[in-house]
Amino acid sequence: MKYSWLALLKEGLKGHQDWTPTWPDVTPQTAYDVIIVGGGGHGLATAYYLARDFPTKKIAVLEKGWIGGGNTGRNTTIVRSNYLWDEAALLYEHALKLWEGLTEELDFNVMFSQRGVYNLGHTLQDMRDIERRVSANLLNGVDAEVVSVAELKERIPILETGKQVRYPVMGASFQARGGVARHDAVAWGFARAASRLGVDIVQNCEVIGMDVSGGRIHGVETTRGFIKADQVGCVPAGHASVLAKMANVRLPLESHPLQAFVSEPMKPVLHTVVMSNAVHGYVSQSDKGDLVIGAGIDSYTGYAQRGSPHLIDHCAAAMIELFPIFSRTRLNRQWGGIVDTCPDACPIISPIPEVKGLYFNCGWGTGGFKATPGSGHVFAQTIGHDTPHPLAAPFHIQRFTTGALIDEHGAAGVAH
Amino acid sequence: MFLIRCPYCGEAREEQEFSYAGEAFIQRPPLTCSDEEWGDYLFKRKNIKGVTTEQWLHSAGCRRIFVMERNNVTYEILSIYTFESKRGAA
Amino acid sequence: MKRLAPQAHERIDRSKTYQFTWQGESYYAYAGDTLASALLANGIDVVGRSFKYGRKRGILAAGVEEPNALVTLESGGYEVPNARATEIELYDQLNAKAASGIPSLRFDLRAALKPFHKFMVAGFYYKTFKWPQKLWPHYEHYLRQLAGFSEVPQQADAEHYDHQYQFVDVAVVGGGAAGLSAALTAAQSGASVLVIDERAELGGELSSEFASSAEAQQWFSSTKQALEQMPNVRILKRSTAFALHDFNLLLVIERRQDHVSLKQRNEKQSRQRQHRVRAKQVILATGSHERPLLFANNDLPGVLMASAMRRYLNEFAVLCGDKPVLAGNNDSIYALAEDLVKRAGVKPVVLDMRVGYDASRLIAAGIDVRQGYTILKASGSNRVEQVSIAKVYYDGKLWSASAATETLDCDVVATSGGFNPLVHLDCHTGSKPLFSNALQAFLPACDKPARISAGSVNGHSDWQACVQDGAYAAHQILGRLEKSVAPTTVKPELKLLNVAPFFCPTHQRNKIFIDMQNDVKASDIELAIRENYRSIEHIKRYTAMGFGTDQGKIGNVLGIALAAQLLNRSIPEVGTTTFRPMYTPVTMGALAGEEVGLLFDPQRFTPIHASHVARGAEFEVVGQWMRPWYFPKAIEHLYDAQSAEDLHTAVQRECLAVRNSVGVMDASTLGKIDIQGPDVREFLARVYTNAWAKLAPGKCRYGVMCDENGMIIDDGVTACLSDTHFVMTTTTGGAARIYNHLETWLQTEWPALKVYLTSVTDHWSTTAIVGPKARRVIEKLCSDIDFNAKAFPFMDWREGTVAGVPARVMRISFSGELSYEINVPANYGRYIWEQVMEAGKEFDITPYGTETMHVLRAEKGYIIVGQDTDGSLSPYDANMGWAVSLTKPYPFLGQRALTRSDTVRTDRKQLVGLLPHDAQKVLPEGTQLVNAIEDKAMIGHVTSSYLSPILGRSIAMAVVKAGLSRMGNTIYAKTVGGETIPVTIADSVFYDTAKEKLDGEV
Repeated sequence: MKYSWLALLKEGLKGHQDWTPTWPDVTPQTAYDVIIVGGGGHGLATAYYLARDFPTKKIAVLEKGWIGGGNTGRNTTIVRSNYLWDEAALLYEHALKLWEGLTEELDFNVMFSQRGVYNLGHTLQDMRDIERRVSANLLNGVDAEVVSVAELKERIPILETGKQVRYPVMGASFQARGGVARHDAVAWGFARAASRLGVDIVQNCEVIGMDVSGGRIHGVETTRGFIKADQVGCVPAGHASVLAKMANVRLPLESHPLQAFVSEPMKPVLHTVVMSNAVHGYVSQSDKGDLVIGAGIDSYTGYAQRGSPHLIDHCAAAMIELFPIFSRTRLNRQWGGIVDTCPDACPIISPIPEVKGLYFNCGWGTGGFKATPGSGHVFAQTIGHDTPHPLAAPFHIQRFTTGALIDEHGAAGVAH
Repeated sequence: MFLIRCPYCGEAREEQEFSYAGEAFIQRPPLTCSDEEWGDYLFKRKNIKGVTTEQWLHSAGCRRIFVMERNNVTYEILSIYTFESKRGAA
Repeated sequence: MKRLAPQAHERIDRSKTYQFTWQGESYYAYAGDTLASALLANGIDVVGRSFKYGRKRGILAAGVEEPNALVTLESGGYEVPNARATEIELYDQLNAKAASGIPSLRFDLRAALKPFHKFMVAGFYYKTFKWPQKLWPHYEHYLRQLAGFSEVPQQADAEHYDHQYQFVDVAVVGGGAAGLSAALTAAQSGASVLVIDERAELGGELSSEFASSAEAQQWFSSTKQALEQMPNVRILKRSTAFALHDFNLLLVIERRQDHVSLKQRNEKQSRQRQHRVRAKQVILATGSHERPLLFANNDLPGVLMASAMRRYLNEFAVLCGDKPVLAGNNDSIYALAEDLVKRAGVKPVVLDMRVGYDASRLIAAGIDVRQGYTILKASGSNRVEQVSIAKVYYDGKLWSASAATETLDCDVVATSGGFNPLVHLDCHTGSKPLFSNALQAFLPACDKPARISAGSVNGHSDWQACVQDGAYAAHQILGRLEKSVAPTTVKPELKLLNVAPFFCPTHQRNKIFIDMQNDVKASDIELAIRENYRSIEHIKRYTAMGFGTDQGKIGNVLGIALAAQLLNRSIPEVGTTTFRPMYTPVTMGALAGEEVGLLFDPQRFTPIHASHVARGAEFEVVGQWMRPWYFPKAIEHLYDAQSAEDLHTAVQRECLAVRNSVGVMDASTLGKIDIQGPDVREFLARVYTNAWAKLAPGKCRYGVMCDENGMIIDDGVTACLSDTHFVMTTTTGGAARIYNHLETWLQTEWPALKVYLTSVTDHWSTTAIVGPKARRVIEKLCSDIDFNAKAFPFMDWREGTVAGVPARVMRISFSGELSYEINVPANYGRYIWEQVMEAGKEFDITPYGTETMHVLRAEKGYIIVGQDTDGSLSPYDANMGWAVSLTKPYPFLGQRALTRSDTVRTDRKQLVGLLPHDAQKVLPEGTQLVNAIEDKAMIGHVTSSYLSPILGRSIAMAVVKAGLSRMGNTIYAKTVGGETIPVTIADSVFYDTAKEKLDGEV
């Protein structure tokens, strides 16, 4: 059923009895052409674009829990593409362009809200980095702007721009096309669109082994039985290393807790996204009115979806540093995700050289959500053609052997 | 939020006194190794889900690095020992 | 609704009448009231509007579980958004208004959209507002206006917060019967005990028993008194344990001033305090919250929880209505009926879904008790006026209601649908609660070490059992602490309230509210499941159930039970959503504590700082350090006006002073590591890329440090004090990181090396005298060193006495000029600086800051790690191949990485100089570079750029692809401002290429 006002009107008058499943629950078949492991945003997007662009392939998404239940449903939903290095900027910009049409493409309102993203600078070096990044963004066709303190004060009156604070704001970069989206809707929208193209979305189906022999993959062992496939694309976020181990592959990843928290819902007061690396925190206000705040990453590895509270405390202090009026607002809920971090803060979108037919899309660290449609699209193309999509090629796992890292750490304003 | 007993200081202290210092016992290959071996050594990690063996630095204390076996799912600390004791045992 | 005559155990103090303002109107109530009881006593029904449909809402509960009564408390710097009326202790002159109502509580736009409510079901926004996507921001703008409760305060906080660490043997969460009993038992063993209770007075639900049980009252008084007198017990009232983390880190917010009128608040005292409690054992005596029965229009004002009505009656002497209908599915409902009869002389109608409870006493007292009945629907406009009731039957699996209904008039409805034990804290570290069929409730698993639960959180319903369970729990954990106290206690039997299984009427489910705050109705859960949102997490996310400020404390279990029914699964199969901190909302300022403003991060000042401030320096933040950025001179104007030089003018002056005469700089912030031991040279050879084997005492050497990836991470000069004693300097920002890096290698990989590191950054102060006249200045201050250029050549150091202070003087230079860095113990730092200033007066010695330092070093092509490098530059890329020795016996860190296929590419970005064709044009730092005017493909960027005063032209450093082999080529800088500036690639040494200035004036 196509979603529309008319459909809602019709169904509303009938008491909403006839709505059909957003995506049907299916029992897995015994064989597919392509299996996508991981039913988060990236996995579902991969399945959708595979089904759209390679209509003859039989595709399944295997999710160990419920779709969108990992980092897709746990992040602070920031979308932007103002990355420093060409390779990263082009990939994220590809994603951003897809975001700009995603609601219509999926027939599902993902509430992509281009309210702009500010990356604040607090030191002279921050400002040099901002200049460098904006200059690069403009040449890469990514919208970007350097904003002075005076201008910031005009645009975000509640932002503390005075000099009496510990790390006074010196300026910012701004990407007007950046913003936020409704994270759950992205998973559900891709799931719905993919299932309408014939993709089987299988929840509660955990991959527990991989059948690898003769240098290629033959299928996966799951909690619901063995499923055969010649191509397996893994998009398991924090659990990438766990899956890789099943194929006897090691990845350059460490999985860390990353925490976020929200305030109680309040009337709109912050109409954009503000990020600051120097004081460690980023914030936007959801449509519901919650301040959605992201904290730093815990230093240790962890698969428990919880981190240490002093990071939350520090982040709260950072928020008050930036927005003194937030001091008396109250925080309602905190949570953690498991982020798979790569040494160069860039993802791996890559065939696995030692196992034909096996592909990994992982290592997104703290920044995966914004790439969801782009990541899914280039990964789908990579699997579909069994050769890296041009935008994915620089993110080949081989770079950790050759040394061709794409070191986004250098772009100080862009770690999240 | 760990409470960590530094094997040198002998007292349980707050996590904030310590810094995680990565996977322990990574073998450093010789200069003659291949690019692959070097890349593996440099970047690839076990990243185990479950019991990990890792290095922690008592950064705001005695500044010694020790080994911690930790379950990174339950957050239990299974054992803490010094590199010396490991070498002694080996 | 009215205030009753004084009651025996009421908590209000009728001798103190407080005035308060609600919605701009003045009212009166008593000390001891909560804002909720005060509003009820004043007959105020409607206190809020719901989130989505703008429905009128009244007070539902009496504690933190309240979903409806959200208010904005006070204004200005004291404003509290979304405060719960049930938690606010009344004080004189309190001012509150409803947190909802668009535009007002009386008229809500969202309620006026009533004809459209039937379309505004769960998730309707995912199906609409889609086309064209471009218009979403406009829709969103309006939708946002409708959302949210209170405004964010408009002023900064007028109060402050702090943190306190506590270390105790036993922390007891909850000061009710179980908690107090547990605390007393634990304390009697001598253990240190901390009791945490969220209310102003201890007692919890036990207080509701005082009216009917003298024994309860007596036990409470004696226990409380005993605890208060024990030195090993600390009681935190008005304190909420909001999170329980691993290793029993219990986080508690103590509200220290929120109950005090604004006029009487002590500004020297924190408003709230976060206690970070490390407890060897934790006893969770957190109690339980009642949940309501479900029926259509169950959200009408005047419909409330039975336990809340009882509490308002017993503690606040407030009668919530004269014509009550009580409805329940368990035994607890009868206690309220008895209290109503005894204390208010009111005869309620009692509806019990079940049959068989012996209510003969009540019936004898003339109470209309109807067993096998429940409410299907309530009606009324501003408050409940009628209920339709029906007979219900249970077939062993499901309830059904008879079609015949009867109508009862009423003015208040109190219901009890069972109890939700407060399992939250137990779940914060990943435990899953366990469902008990007998109790129809989720119980804490308590499967983590060093904790135990006690009291009604375990399902106990009578206070004596709670007391016993508390003592039993304490005995259990005392065993673990190897303490004991006699006599031991046995685990009490559970006395069941016989809670009937869940029931949700089938009619008008679109009027049955599961989550009142978020307007989630039974029909929304049906819809979610119909659309295949079947995991409880999907249901939660699709309907927003439990996302409110109450976190679904009342509604979630009902939603889970309904979902289980609809999915034909058991409740434990459906499971709960995850319980996460915070248990109740926590003020952001209280999390931050004192670490706000200038205390946000430690500020580091050099020993000379006061001198810089006195000379009017502007400061630059470098890491945690405050470094002088430049020293603007005052400019005298006509008519006595005064201003200061700008950065540009000051830096021009400072640079020329150094180049032509002498300047002085505070270099104290550079990291300094004292390195001792017989193997230091070997150690240095391993961590730096260059050779160190032959560095002799008295000599200094510059080194470049790489990580194992072969990229530059630091640089600096190391001085050899003796064969076993060296001092390394690191970059200012890298000091801590490099120190850790070196320690890690020493301790893990090279334990055989006899090398010992000590950070001495703060121990030494460094004053650098720089310029052709530097020798003449230092000679005035130091007579025991021969400063002759031959006797004391470049890259040597000498020990001597400067102005009477023992010093290490190093002849190193970051400017190309003659330079002496005087290192003295930190306490002499400022003295030496002033001595140098005095001695240099005749040469017009000029203090300079980091900006001038940057210009001077750029004129010489010296890199700044972190500015000219970014972690992607190898020493070769930085044109420092001269500092790489590949022949050392032990390969240096990163050596292997330098030969990887990508690292040996000849077209890597390399560090070069740039000369803008327009010599007055200063390139913005960070600007990207391209090959041709029209190009967009970037070949590098500007890392440093200045107007060089001595050269009279602009210079820059940059990284450019294959730049080292492209000397003389013209490329273009593309600025953010849209300019395209032609530049020539040049050697990065711009000034004094022959190094003629190094020895200064001869």
